[in-house]
Amino acid sequence: MHALLILAPFLGSFILNLPFRKVNKRLSFGVCAALFLLQMAVILIPDFGLNKINPAALANIFNFDLGVDALSKVMLFCIGLVALVTLCTNSLFLKDSDDKFNFINVLLIAVSGMNGIVLAKDIFSLYVFLEITAVASFILIAFNREELGLEGAFKYILLSSIATVLMIAGIALFFLVSGSTHFAAIHSALLAQDKSLLINLAIALFVSALFIKGGLMPFHGWLPDAYSSAPAASSVFLAGIVTKAAGVYVLIRILVSIAGFSLTLKSVLLFVGAFSAIIGAIAALTQTDFKRMLSYSSISQIGYIILGVGTGTVLGLAGAALHIFNHAVFKSLLFMNSAAVEKALGTRDISKMGGLGSQMPVTGLTSVLGSLSCAGIPPLAGFWSKLIIIIALWSAGFKTYAVIAILGSVLTLAYFLSLQRSVFFGKLNAEFKNIKEAGFSLLFPMILLGVITLGVGIFLPLVLDKFILSFNAVLGG
Amino acid sequence: MFLDLIILILLVIAALWTVMTRSLLRASLGLALVSAILTLIMFNMDASLAAVFELSVCAGLIPVLFISVISLTQPLTFKEAVEHMRSRMARFWELPLIVLILGVILVLLSAKFKAKLPALETQASARFVLWHLRQLDLLGQIIILFGGVFGVAVLFKERKKRG
Repeated sequence: MHALLILAPFLGSFILNLPFRKVNKRLSFGVCAALFLLQMAVILIPDFGLNKINPAALANIFNFDLGVDALSKVMLFCIGLVALVTLCTNSLFLKDSDDKFNFINVLLIAVSGMNGIVLAKDIFSLYVFLEITAVASFILIAFNREELGLEGAFKYILLSSIATVLMIAGIALFFLVSGSTHFAAIHSALLAQDKSLLINLAIALFVSALFIKGGLMPFHGWLPDAYSSAPAASSVFLAGIVTKAAGVYVLIRILVSIAGFSLTLKSVLLFVGAFSAIIGAIAALTQTDFKRMLSYSSISQIGYIILGVGTGTVLGLAGAALHIFNHAVFKSLLFMNSAAVEKALGTRDISKMGGLGSQMPVTGLTSVLGSLSCAGIPPLAGFWSKLIIIIALWSAGFKTYAVIAILGSVLTLAYFLSLQRSVFFGKLNAEFKNIKEAGFSLLFPMILLGVITLGVGIFLPLVLDKFILSFNAVLGG
Repeated sequence: MFLDLIILILLVIAALWTVMTRSLLRASLGLALVSAILTLIMFNMDASLAAVFELSVCAGLIPVLFISVISLTQPLTFKEAVEHMRSRMARFWELPLIVLILGVILVLLSAKFKAKLPALETQASARFVLWHLRQLDLLGQIIILFGGVFGVAVLFKERKKRG
């Protein structure tokens, strides 16, 4: 059944480009939204009709080796959710029907690529799907063909190419050691030849590539430019899920399914995670561009996720997965808030804003929810994921890193309070007296994500044990 | 061994020329040359199928695509080209040095690697591997091609309309 998660978006895009394009254009939004909703339903509802399809029936046609565990389920749900809100954002920002149609097609290709990344059990297949996601991301960043967007896309291409070279070299070395590209075969070969220089080199190459793809400091050069220069809907998609699927998820998958958690690797992950969490937050504090501030905030939050992963424990991994979900929700929400403000004001310069909360109450309120969740304020969802990560760090004996994580949270609160005060509170600039809220297609996903942030925060304690326990299997426990 | 070394040195020289040359056209020809030399290496290593792909796609099709795109751009004047070359030399003078140092390090480390490619899991034909064992990769390649063609068509078509 999971093969359909890769095939359906691709086939959807393919069919939409067959003759009768006028009809297809009208149908494209509905088809795309239905596919994303189905993806979420398949993950969320175990008894959903599609889940009852006999795998053998599909195996006769497609011989795909795919795997699903608790971590992949979190990712697949996030992909469906962020793609859905991106679709809504796109419908408001692109006026031309051709542009809207083309964007939807690229979005479907990107979703197909990311679903492939999440489901692959073979390192070469994973690489192929990473490239699909990268190609779709270049197009999404440069979509408006404005100078800054093209520059952002170029930087992304350049650094992504370096990551690709490192990754393919790593794959070649893994193949040299194990004679296979399957996760399980490489893992067995690695266990048999522990501490080989070749294996360490392969792991180092692969992990470095994923640091670039994940936008971690000091490999983050492409991220602020790509996020801030991309069209509004592309920013929501990139910041919401692409970096996490192409960077963070693959890193976790490689560690969990292939490399394991050696002490050296843990130290590297914890250092890079802490460095990104703190320096990203300090860089965010100094920004005056709304989207750039959110971009640096993303680097900082990804640092948090890596801190959780770096513990190498079930608790840390569960915290990281929960923070991936939370970050996908609140960062998509905050990028939508910035898009709504930019659409209303025509600028992203925070220093020119103020008092917008009275004119844009929904944007203001959801922005407060997103910011506070990002800063880890209870009872919002972000509080739980940060708490789990900090507890995991402390209980694994990395007490200094736990303190650094708390400090990072304080810095996050500082730049988000500063952002809120400058944008939504204070005196309204006379020039912005007549501005209005964005349209329903942006308000609806904002409210949806705001409700998820609040709802997950309030109800998570009820399922917390179950959620953490499900990650035992991911670590092979 | 001696032949391998000569081919590898040629490969590095061609690659350096590709990235250092002042003309885009020469750079794409350099790329074709790199692929052609890589093809020799692949043939030498009994990877004839990969060599044929490398020769037809990387040494043939891709440089043709590059050259056709370059023909649509406006070339630099001689003065501009010389200036560009100078600034490029000033920025990238260390590149050959880095390649040399990396080469020496890898040669020194190679004794420690002691890796020998294990026997392959299957001796199946390329057709069987592609259509049965690597079906997911094949689907991935189709999606990449579709995405790439779609992206180029979308970006260029729009630009033409606006222009």
